[in-house]
Amino acid sequence: MAVVFEKPHALTNVPTHYCPGCTHGIVHRLVAQVLDELGVEGRTVGVAPVGCAVFAYNYFNCDMIQSPHGRAPAVATGVKRALPESVVFTYQGDGDLAAIGTAETVHAAARGENITIIFINNAIYGMTGGQMAPTSLPGQVTQTSPYGRDVKTQGHPIRVCEMLSSLDGVALAQRCSVDTVKNVNATKQAIKKAFQYQIEGKGCTIVEVLSTCPTNWGLEPNEALDWLRENMMPYYPLGVYKDAAEEENNG
Amino acid sequence: MADFNMLFAGFGGQGVLFAGKIVASAGLIEEKSVSWLPSYGPEMRGGTANCSVCVSDRPIGSPLVVTPNVFVPMNLPSFDKFINAVVPGGKVILDSTLVSSKVEREDVDAFYIPATKLAEEAGMKKLANVILVGKVFKETGFCSYEALEKALKKSVPASKAHLFDINRKAIEIGINFNS
Amino acid sequence: MGEKILMKGNEALAEAAILAGCRHFFGYPITPQTELAAYMAKRMPKLGGTFLQAESEVAAINMVLGAASAGVRTMTSSSSPGVSLKSEGVSYLAGSDLPCLIINVQRGGPGLGGIQPSQADYWQATKALGHGDFQIFVFAPSTVQEMVDLVNQAFDLADEYRMPAMILADGMLGQMMEPVEIPEVSELKLKDKPWATNGHKNSREHNIINSLYMQPEDLEQTIRDRFARYDDAKAKHQVFESYLTEDADIVVVAYGASSRISRSAVEQARELGIKAGLFRPITLWPFPNDELYKLAGSAKKFLAVEMSMGQMVDDVRLAVNGRKPVEFFGRTGGVIPTPAEVLEQIKKLAGGDR
Repeated sequence: MAVVFEKPHALTNVPTHYCPGCTHGIVHRLVAQVLDELGVEGRTVGVAPVGCAVFAYNYFNCDMIQSPHGRAPAVATGVKRALPESVVFTYQGDGDLAAIGTAETVHAAARGENITIIFINNAIYGMTGGQMAPTSLPGQVTQTSPYGRDVKTQGHPIRVCEMLSSLDGVALAQRCSVDTVKNVNATKQAIKKAFQYQIEGKGCTIVEVLSTCPTNWGLEPNEALDWLRENMMPYYPLGVYKDAAEEENNG
Repeated sequence: MADFNMLFAGFGGQGVLFAGKIVASAGLIEEKSVSWLPSYGPEMRGGTANCSVCVSDRPIGSPLVVTPNVFVPMNLPSFDKFINAVVPGGKVILDSTLVSSKVEREDVDAFYIPATKLAEEAGMKKLANVILVGKVFKETGFCSYEALEKALKKSVPASKAHLFDINRKAIEIGINFNS
Repeated sequence: MGEKILMKGNEALAEAAILAGCRHFFGYPITPQTELAAYMAKRMPKLGGTFLQAESEVAAINMVLGAASAGVRTMTSSSSPGVSLKSEGVSYLAGSDLPCLIINVQRGGPGLGGIQPSQADYWQATKALGHGDFQIFVFAPSTVQEMVDLVNQAFDLADEYRMPAMILADGMLGQMMEPVEIPEVSELKLKDKPWATNGHKNSREHNIINSLYMQPEDLEQTIRDRFARYDDAKAKHQVFESYLTEDADIVVVAYGASSRISRSAVEQARELGIKAGLFRPITLWPFPNDELYKLAGSAKKFLAVEMSMGQMVDDVRLAVNGRKPVEFFGRTGGVIPTPAEVLEQIKKLAGGDR
């Protein structure tokens, strides 16, 4: 019998703790597929964040480190400097990467650390129960912006890819989504490119994935996907914000 | 004197720390206990700088020289600040080109040497500090001449080995000057 | 053995770390430890190692966490305010059973404090360098030579017990030059680290470095296991120096810079016919309780001398356990006490006894 679908080797056989309809599972799978296809699981070290993906260390079959909140890019830097031949990735949410870990993110990118950052942007803090994130949209109601995010007092959302694309150390900054099959495939290609660039020593690579949080958004999974398309995509346009290889080609 | 507790003090850039280092190196060559402790603060050119140097036959306790028995002031503010801290019977060896005051205390021995002027006359502008080390050597005998010469050789960086002779000349000037 | 050379404490610490096989240094500039980082910046590239000036102390300690996870000898250095920033990372390192070396060249605090030598971080180092139930090794050198000797020991014990180690120095020791003999290292015998996350090479299960336990019973058990190792360390690695304590009536207890000053004071007291001695803890954790308890049998009084308002004195009192009076003398804020001041205190204690 032909096998038409199976779990990537780089994923463990552990059931995840993610809520129904959450897109973390899809992104985990994409990362694992890429590790399989590139044949690098044995020399890969992943760094899990604090946030919903904190247990990612149980789900990936490569060696894993659980990092302090926001410090994953610094931890990844330490690993990569100690083991330059390794493949190192961080997997971080928006609070981890763009709030408490902004300095670590920006400076790892500025240094051009040869690491890959997988950034899950779902515009909310999931693990702690739905607080405002640095990427929560203007007017978005959360536990800590109960009247809707007021940009006058609570500031504006951060567009991470746009911000990082100005840094010379960044080899790839791309925003994707996993709301449709087509977009899932595109995300996988972006993740693969990011890892390839890392292996080629091109610099820091970041793939931002717009994601849903049906639980904390208070929506059904399908409604959540609609909400993402209608509200997040206009504010966070999908696309390639920096691609060092293409810039080289265009000379 | 079996224990030398020296204090070199002046402006940053005068080579106060270097002078202290030569003394400490010479002590080490004679297998004595030595320590060298600089003052430190916001890095600033022209700020005051001093360094404590201990040379002793016994293990050195505090490397911070609060009451020196050899005091080498290279500017007036340092002279004013520390002159009363010198222990009775101590020696004050001062650069009289830059320190215009006289030592009024009668319980210490004062030695005046116009080190900066002598250095300029000999065409070795930045070596007033080394001339003073020569004078300290002469008045205290804290080490042998051979040790001092070796220390000088060690203190001059390898990349500037050609400067050794002029440094030795500066030491000689300090030794031969009669106040 | 090589010949003795003059070296600054900060530079000696750096050279000793290199000799101990450390090739990965992560730091952030701060007075008065800057020479250490500068030395590493010069040497590491020539050794094929890493010197990285991080964006913050927080980032630096987390880079250490990453490198330690990868299984290499790694370190960071800082001074008091910077060490406070590192405390988050130190707690994670301890909770993840990772070895590393942290150097604190102490200056006055709290807050920005000052930049002159201080010993006011004793509590921080020995009791609470971060949240949670944990300890780290703390070594307190008192000479530049001892700085060199303790760095290697600190790395070895950190590896053996899988826990962070700290050298607790101060601005005086960091800035001063003294003669040192740099030992010749023929071959380093580094402990295997089968737990390291250095890529499983498809030949073992994946390793996980982690400090998170969702079940309280699991976390409790992990901590209990860790504390069993602490007990072992306490039994085997209490290090101290006793000077003239055998017949001493008054035992001065001091570590690091203040022990040098106290030693001079003790010598001067002896010249005056006062039976004084010096007990110098070299490991602050584990604190040399056992020997101090023994001394409480023969000595009449104890005097803790510190460059703080009195922190180690707590541990002295715990060790002496009420058997004899324990007094305290200290200067703080960056003021270095003089031997004369300490002698005054010894005389006072001796006078009361006569």
